[in-house]
Amino acid sequence: MLEIRNLHAGIEGKEILKGINLTVNPGEIHAIMGPNGSGKSTLAGVLAGREEFDITEGEIIYQGKNLLDFSAEERACEGVFLAFQYPVEIPGVSNTYFLKAALNAVRKYRGVDELDAMDFLALIKEKMKLVEMDQALLNRPVNEGFSGGEKKRNEILQMAVLDPMLAILDETDSGLDIDALRIVANGVNKLHTPQNSAIVVTHYQRLLNYIIPDVVHVLVNGRIVKSGDKELAFHLEEHGYDWARDLREPAAQGA
Amino acid sequence: MSSEAQDLEKLTSEEYKYGFVTHIEMDTVEKGLSEDVIRFISAKKEEPEWLLEWRLKAFRLWQTMEEPDWAFVDYPPIDYQDISYYSAPKMKERPKSLDEVDPELLDTYEKLGIPLKEQEMLAGVAVDAVFDSVSVATTFKEKLSDMGIIFCSFSEAVKDYPDLVRKYLGSVVPQGDNFFSALNSAVFTDGSFVYIPKGVRCPMELSTYFRINSLGTGQFERTLIVADEDSYVSYLEGCTAPIRDENQLHAAVVELVAHDNAQIKYSTVQNWYPGDKNGKGGIYNFVTKRGKCAGVNSKISWTQVETGSAITWKYPSCILQGDNSVGEFYSVAVTNNRQQADTGTKMIHIGKNTRSTIISKGISAGYSSNTYRGLVKIMKNADGARNFSQCDSMLMGDTCGAHTFPYIENHNDSAQMEHEATTSKIGEDQIFYCNQRGISTEDAVNMIVNGFCKEVFRELPMEFAVEAQKLLGISLEGSVG
Ligand SMILES: Nc1ncnc2c1ncn2[C@@H]1O[C@H](COP(=O)(O)OP(=O)(O)OP(=O)(O)O)[C@@H](O)[C@H]1O
Ligand SMILES: [Mg+2]
Repeated sequence: MLEIRNLHAGIEGKEILKGINLTVNPGEIHAIMGPNGSGKSTLAGVLAGREEFDITEGEIIYQGKNLLDFSAEERACEGVFLAFQYPVEIPGVSNTYFLKAALNAVRKYRGVDELDAMDFLALIKEKMKLVEMDQALLNRPVNEGFSGGEKKRNEILQMAVLDPMLAILDETDSGLDIDALRIVANGVNKLHTPQNSAIVVTHYQRLLNYIIPDVVHVLVNGRIVKSGDKELAFHLEEHGYDWARDLREPAAQGA
Repeated sequence: MSSEAQDLEKLTSEEYKYGFVTHIEMDTVEKGLSEDVIRFISAKKEEPEWLLEWRLKAFRLWQTMEEPDWAFVDYPPIDYQDISYYSAPKMKERPKSLDEVDPELLDTYEKLGIPLKEQEMLAGVAVDAVFDSVSVATTFKEKLSDMGIIFCSFSEAVKDYPDLVRKYLGSVVPQGDNFFSALNSAVFTDGSFVYIPKGVRCPMELSTYFRINSLGTGQFERTLIVADEDSYVSYLEGCTAPIRDENQLHAAVVELVAHDNAQIKYSTVQNWYPGDKNGKGGIYNFVTKRGKCAGVNSKISWTQVETGSAITWKYPSCILQGDNSVGEFYSVAVTNNRQQADTGTKMIHIGKNTRSTIISKGISAGYSSNTYRGLVKIMKNADGARNFSQCDSMLMGDTCGAHTFPYIENHNDSAQMEHEATTSKIGEDQIFYCNQRGISTEDAVNMIVNGFCKEVFRELPMEFAVEAQKLLGISLEGSVG
């Protein structure tokens, strides 16, 4: 599904990612944990095609293709989805309109007919159930005035509608209350199939009780310093990142 | 260059769609302005003596006036003697029906997307088309006249309804109001006239298309709309011009009068030629638009979408004279490349419990300059007056400028005024968010800008709103990279 080899990336001459290696196979869920500022969102942004980051070294192979050859919107159409840590507000543009524009752009790229208003509404009704989202949010402008938790649910709704192959969830759990956390996690689990994969960025082991990862990685200062199974998350919760900071050698990769 | 930047480059090079020239025999007066030229125009139009005198008075006033320089716009001095003040397609007589109109002319309007013939046949919008200085066709006239509605060219109105014209002409914008209104009053050649009788609700949108075609001419049209007691009318105005290297002057005057309980809704989509990327050519759009809510409970709303013109100088205003009268101003002004716009409104509260709303959205891109200038004036006797103003600016890139000058003059302590203003930059973050959902940058910009303008667009009649959205997209193509 995804293979990242020796990825170095930064911004304005400052190196943030310092040699990332990561392999995600179809059907796998990987968790990435790490202290603030270690580069988790940067990695997510580079995968999604944020232009302000410079990639200085390394490569990313996604479904056999060189991901870096694709623009952000092409990546989205190719099935890469990023649930944003800070979802963006678009005043005056209704959530429904935005979702429909997104879905039809993706469908067009994939050579499937665009959905008409009726079919789209039917689809969205069904997907709303997945995240138990309030219908009223559909007619409001995208994320404008949404509570933190509503924004995160809205991200998962978008994911459900766009049906990605590789979903990257950047701290989707932060800002969610206990019930919302469970609902969102359930949504993600229902969308998970043996064919698609997910990278889940989180600070809390708690999320991983709901979304069970195949592999947990620890990202410190732009490097993956340790990888392991879900037990690693408990270890981090208990001992913090200090011990990991001392791990100089990049740990063994993948599952 | 990234592929995105290349796309944008390609899009920018897309040209002004309405820039063609119609080759048709024209009757054009020599350049220059003098009492003789005014007498010539008046004679050509077979006008009554009072109107000639009215024009001459305006001309004499104009000669004593200075061109205003307070607006936030910059252009080389205009040589008013180097403009031709009358240009008309050669027609032996005014056509009685569309069949008599020169097919070249009709073809021009087709190209502009206004098939007059179809307009006449299909129900919907009644159109008056003004080509350079004269009105060439008014559709739907008979149907309207059955209801007592008058919708005709200004020249016809002078001939057929002289009393009405004489009563209202200059009653809202007097000849000497300002430099450009004085010039217009002296030399105006045509325009539209609307009268809605008491108790009549005009059943269709009335619409005028203005077109500047000839080289070296100015366009000075005059629009007068009178809504008598308990009546309603919605009026649309659209404008285009061919691509010319020279700047062309457009100095129109629009006057609206609303009597007791009457409502006038006036919508403009202004798409005059804006000049090229480097600021060569384009229309100077110096327009005076003002409405008087003369009667109690009357209402005037201005909605404008301004995307064209090299320079826009325009302040559609409301004089709220009748008690409980309402004035509204909804505006989207887009400037790109080297365009300059200084636009806004004046709300003059005279009557009691008068209310006004101002929603202004300025979008600037390229090297353009976009200014909102507004005045809310509450007079001494305007007890209980209320105003709400909201002025939002959106910047695209770092080389454009947005300015806001909201003036308030309050002479009554009971007035309530609210003012909100925001400036935002179209965010890379917003665009990336859309991109990440599969939406192209071009569509994203369109979506974000249209969202920004939503409060204004929803005031436009449906078909116009769709057109305005498209126009906005075209005007801003290539402005984010
Ligand atoms: N646009 C930018 N300009 C400058 N520095 C940046 C930019 N984006 C990220 N950085 C820097 O890169 C480093 C990594 O940031 P990143 O957002 O990837 O961290 P993170 O691991 O997601 O942290 P958190 O857990 O707080 O979300 C930080 O030091 C951050 O300040
Ligand atoms: Mg982060």
